Amino acid sequence: MEETNSVTAGALAEERFFAGMPEPHRAALAAIAVVVAAPAGHRFFEEGDQAQRFWLLRSGKVALDLQVPGRGAVVVETLPASSMLGWSWLFPPHRWRFGAVAAAPVTAFRFDGRGVRELCAADLRLGHDLLLRFGAVMLDRLEATRVRMLDLYAHPEELR
Amino acid sequence: MTPATAHGPMAPVPYRVTDRHAETADTVTLALEPVEAAVPEPVPGQFTMMYVFGIGEAPISVSRVGPFRAVRGSRPARGRGPVLEQTVRAVGAVTRAVCGTRPGRVVGLRGPFGTGWGLDEARGCDLVLAAGGIGLAPLRPVVLRALSDRSAFGRISVLIGARTPDDLLFTSELDTWRAKGAQVEVTVDRPTPGWAGHVGLITALAGSVEVDPARAAAFICGPEVMMRLTAEALIGLGMCPADIRLSLERNMHCGLGWCGHCQLGPLLLCRDGPVLPYERAVPLMTVREL
Ligand SMILES: Cc1cc2nc3c(=O)[nH]c(=O)nc-3n(C[C@H](O)[C@H](O)[C@H](O)COP(=O)(O)OP(=O)(O)OC[C@H]3O[C@@H](n4cnc5c(N)ncnc54)[C@H](O)[C@@H]3O)c2cc1C
Ligand code: FES
Repeated sequence: MEETNSVTAGALAEERFFAGMPEPHRAALAAIAVVVAAPAGHRFFEEGDQAQRFWLLRSGKVALDLQVPGRGAVVVETLPASSMLGWSWLFPPHRWRFGAVAAAPVTAFRFDGRGVRELCAADLRLGHDLLLRFGAVMLDRLEATRVRMLDLYAHPEELR
Repeated sequence: MTPATAHGPMAPVPYRVTDRHAETADTVTLALEPVEAAVPEPVPGQFTMMYVFGIGEAPISVSRVGPFRAVRGSRPARGRGPVLEQTVRAVGAVTRAVCGTRPGRVVGLRGPFGTGWGLDEARGCDLVLAAGGIGLAPLRPVVLRALSDRSAFGRISVLIGARTPDDLLFTSELDTWRAKGAQVEVTVDRPTPGWAGHVGLITALAGSVEVDPARAAAFICGPEVMMRLTAEALIGLGMCPADIRLSLERNMHCGLGWCGHCQLGPLLLCRDGPVLPYERAVPLMTVREL
């Protein structure tokens, strides 16, 4: 993975995830972020590994997968540009529950999870704000998962 | 006066099947040319009542109006109207019979019925077209019309959701749509080995759409839950609910606003729909057993 320049509070302001966040909070987060580029096929993390980072995807696509015996790495969901990748860094025991691999060349802002946890502990307002933003992402993904369970496109005969 | 009007709007107009293309295991596109007189030219989003003689009738959207291109290079129409394409998923007696219809056979068409998408009102805007499953059929004429008049619209995004890669419609056209300047994103619920596209609900694609929410129109067609959530995702991007239209389906019989089969609250969907503004559609969609 290629790491390039550092990130500014202004660059974060352009991302929907950070919309409306106070500038000092964005600046604090930007200070522990870097811009990264990864080729297709790059593995961001493996299920079970230590989770100490997260990424805001700016372009490309990342596949979340799970190793299924006999079937290999099965893709459960893909994340397009503008998505947040990774929340296991936020919750103990800080281990990835799924794997993640670039399904197309990716550019992203990468954040140091331990650093962000320290920022949140030192500034509870930042922590509260960030948790709400991650909560909204998790709600969207939970809703999407539940709706996929409805199998909306099934043939009517299969649903009888 | 066409024979259709001469014999009243309940009389089907004969159309010959000139070509048949199996899109998926259960979905077929038929190219239909008028045997003699034609039904009036449909606008994108309208449907016909398609009659398989001896079996019955079903409302089916028009998925292409000639002279764009008939499936797999069929001959130009010899009748008095353009070739129509209609894309049908076999789910019951009528649609199974439609899908089984071979070139040379004659079916009956009445119509066209319904409001259409109102594409002309969206001129100058970015277009977001979101289709789930067979819902791509009524949106295909919008894509083709907008791409053939490219400068009349801003960015054109086509979001497509399907159950599996094998259930995708019009796959041979998607690259042409891209080449002509549309952003086409496809997602499936269940990937098959080798699938390199998106996996997940169509709502996840909304976030990556390139659109100016203040100058955009969205047309959505698919299962009702999919339409509602996609519309909400677009509103989350800043789109105005008044700029979002959905296509609702109910059982239909006359297509003419006479019989009441298609009633949804105060509306008769064959006449007042199937395309409705989001704000009008959603309160009706969320009422149980309406
Ligand atoms: C305005 C409009 C446009 C349509 N456009 C198309 C199209 O372009 N292509 C296409 O394949 N179909 C389209 N449909 C749906 C199509 O009309 C129905 O699938 C058809 O009427 C079913 O008739 P049938 O006799 O084959 O099956 P039926 O025996 O009537 O029904 C078979 C099964 O399908 C279910 N079903 C029937 N109608 C619907 C429906 N509208 N929505 C969801 N489930 C249904 C029934 O509950 C049953 O389980 C459209 C419907 C409307 C109202
Ligand atoms: S189908 Fe008869 S009123 Fe609509």
